Amino acid sequence: MATASSTARSTELPLEPEMHPLVRSTYDQKPHGLVSVGDAIGNVVLDGKHPTGWWIGFLAGFAMLQILAMAVCWLFYMGVGIWGINVPVAWGFAIVNFVWWIGIGHAGTLISAVLLLLHQKWRTSINRFSEAMTIFAVMCAGLFPLLHMGRPWFFYWLYPFPNVAGVWPQFRSPLTWDVFAVTTYFTVSLVFWYLGLVPDLAALRDQAKKRWQQVVYGLLALGWRGSAIHWRRYEKVYLILGGISTPLVLSVHTVVSFDFAVSIVPLWHATIFPPFFVAGAIYSGFAMVVAIAIPVRKWYKLEDFFSDHHLDIMGKVMLATGFLVTYGYFSEAWMAWYGHTLYEWGTTMERMFGPYGWSYWCLIGFNCVFPLTFLWSKKIRRSPFWMELICISVLIGMWFERYVIVITLTREYIPAGWGHYAPTLWDYATMVGSLGLFLFLFFLFLRYLPMISITEMRELLPKKQGGGGGHSIMENAP
Amino acid sequence: MSTTVTPGHAPGHTDHAHADPTVPVAHGLLAEFETGDAMAHAIEKAVAAGYTHLDGFSPYPVGEAADALKFPKSEMGPVMFIGGLTGACSGFIMQYWANTWGYSLNIGGRPYFSWPSFVPITFEMMVLTTALSGFFGLLAICGLPRYNYPLFNSKTFDRATRDRFFVCIEATDPKYDAAATRAFLNDLHPLSVEEVME
Repeated sequence: MATASSTARSTELPLEPEMHPLVRSTYDQKPHGLVSVGDAIGNVVLDGKHPTGWWIGFLAGFAMLQILAMAVCWLFYMGVGIWGINVPVAWGFAIVNFVWWIGIGHAGTLISAVLLLLHQKWRTSINRFSEAMTIFAVMCAGLFPLLHMGRPWFFYWLYPFPNVAGVWPQFRSPLTWDVFAVTTYFTVSLVFWYLGLVPDLAALRDQAKKRWQQVVYGLLALGWRGSAIHWRRYEKVYLILGGISTPLVLSVHTVVSFDFAVSIVPLWHATIFPPFFVAGAIYSGFAMVVAIAIPVRKWYKLEDFFSDHHLDIMGKVMLATGFLVTYGYFSEAWMAWYGHTLYEWGTTMERMFGPYGWSYWCLIGFNCVFPLTFLWSKKIRRSPFWMELICISVLIGMWFERYVIVITLTREYIPAGWGHYAPTLWDYATMVGSLGLFLFLFFLFLRYLPMISITEMRELLPKKQGGGGGHSIMENAP
Repeated sequence: MSTTVTPGHAPGHTDHAHADPTVPVAHGLLAEFETGDAMAHAIEKAVAAGYTHLDGFSPYPVGEAADALKFPKSEMGPVMFIGGLTGACSGFIMQYWANTWGYSLNIGGRPYFSWPSFVPITFEMMVLTTALSGFFGLLAICGLPRYNYPLFNSKTFDRATRDRFFVCIEATDPKYDAAATRAFLNDLHPLSVEEVME
């Protein structure tokens, strides 16, 4: 447990003139040490004092969660008929929200895995809570296909299990691929996240003053004691998990895009779909990370760890993925025109200027024009206010992207099959409710688990301040 | 904690002590260091001096410590590889059996064994089992979860997750001798040396 003397002793360490730019204490102008990093992050959890912002976010999430509860109860009682789905648009909001949420989840794994492999040290400040974001976003995503099933209590029929009827799932179907992809994604994300948490939970266990905290964090820490040999195994597992999560992220959204691309609906069976979906997922995921990080770092005074420098880098990633996504829209239109396919071109025109044309232009405006105009400026990328605006715009834009894709179903090959789609109140209630579930879980996470990796921040500290001299977690792995 | 082990009950001879569970047995000597480098250096010295049952403890991974312990490569790679391979093979065989023999459906006249459509699930199964074998393999090989590790009895050891670096020479070490080992550790200029009981 921390004693007064331990804190005093560590601050007596000689000051490092050239601190690592990612770990600079802006509050007392003293460089962070091992203890101050642990306290700055751990005390958020252990103190139990929470800023007003936390209560606002948590209660808003809790209120919206009640809307979800109502919507789900009514759905179970009445069936999926309460939604606006009909014959040309059989999935509607369910798939829009499913793809949107799962896309948001991807940034978490991307930040933890891809940036880990690329030795990007700035990831350290954001990987923990973006991983948490992944898990909660995948939970929200999973909700929609589950509810859309109509009889959600039979969801296990999608898994291969021996049964008396001798019926097995159809493994050639993208829907079954989805089940496996999303289940795997959720499980692997959870393992990755929890494994990263174990040393931090051990740190909290030893730092906690209250008995219940010592017991709970002690149980969760699995008896971790920081043995050198355990660390080496741990790093190896962490590195391999990063290595396999990278293709996993790409594969999951590729499989999600197959839900559309394996069909023969005009504009859906494009080869650009998988990479373009992945880019869009990263785009919206990064937007969600930044949109959440900006208020959270302010409430908890964690600007030391999540600096404007991070906003700048995240902005650059969003700029790049935003262009990939824009290229995707361009390519869709171009291929329809250049391919000289009557149906593709007709559907493109309907998408742009048909009854749902407004949603297409919303998509272009929110996703391409607004963010990509402003993200070029370094000043704007480093401005929390502007980044928040841009990120919210991207989140709305990416939602419209999925809406536009789904709405394509209203105009198919034969005019006799054309129809309309309008979401009902219950569609909106479920969507808002899923946002509530996300916020509720996320704010609970902020309250009870360290939102930044204590261990990895300590490794980033210069050696003079007791750290590992800027080694990221994997660099010691054999 | 003071030394309560008499030479007659030297911790190397644990069979005597274990006959009477009320007699405390030393787990080992725990030396506390200020920096990771000092810890790694101490381990190097101890290994050079012939100690074999020892370990280092730190709040973040110190690669040099594992190297000094002659643990240059972890066994987790093969564990996860075998796990992943098993998952991929069983995933593929499951799909092949289910859709070719168990419940064969004619979808657009495609062959029952249309293997390219089995690739996504095979891949997902591989990733899933790699991750799970990594996680559970790590716990199993490290002997975790274990809540009652003897070093937790130490007064200072909770700083191993905070700001201190420890080296523990265990009493099971053939070369362990409470007094001589303590003197050896003191020569390495630690912040403190403590004997920890089981």
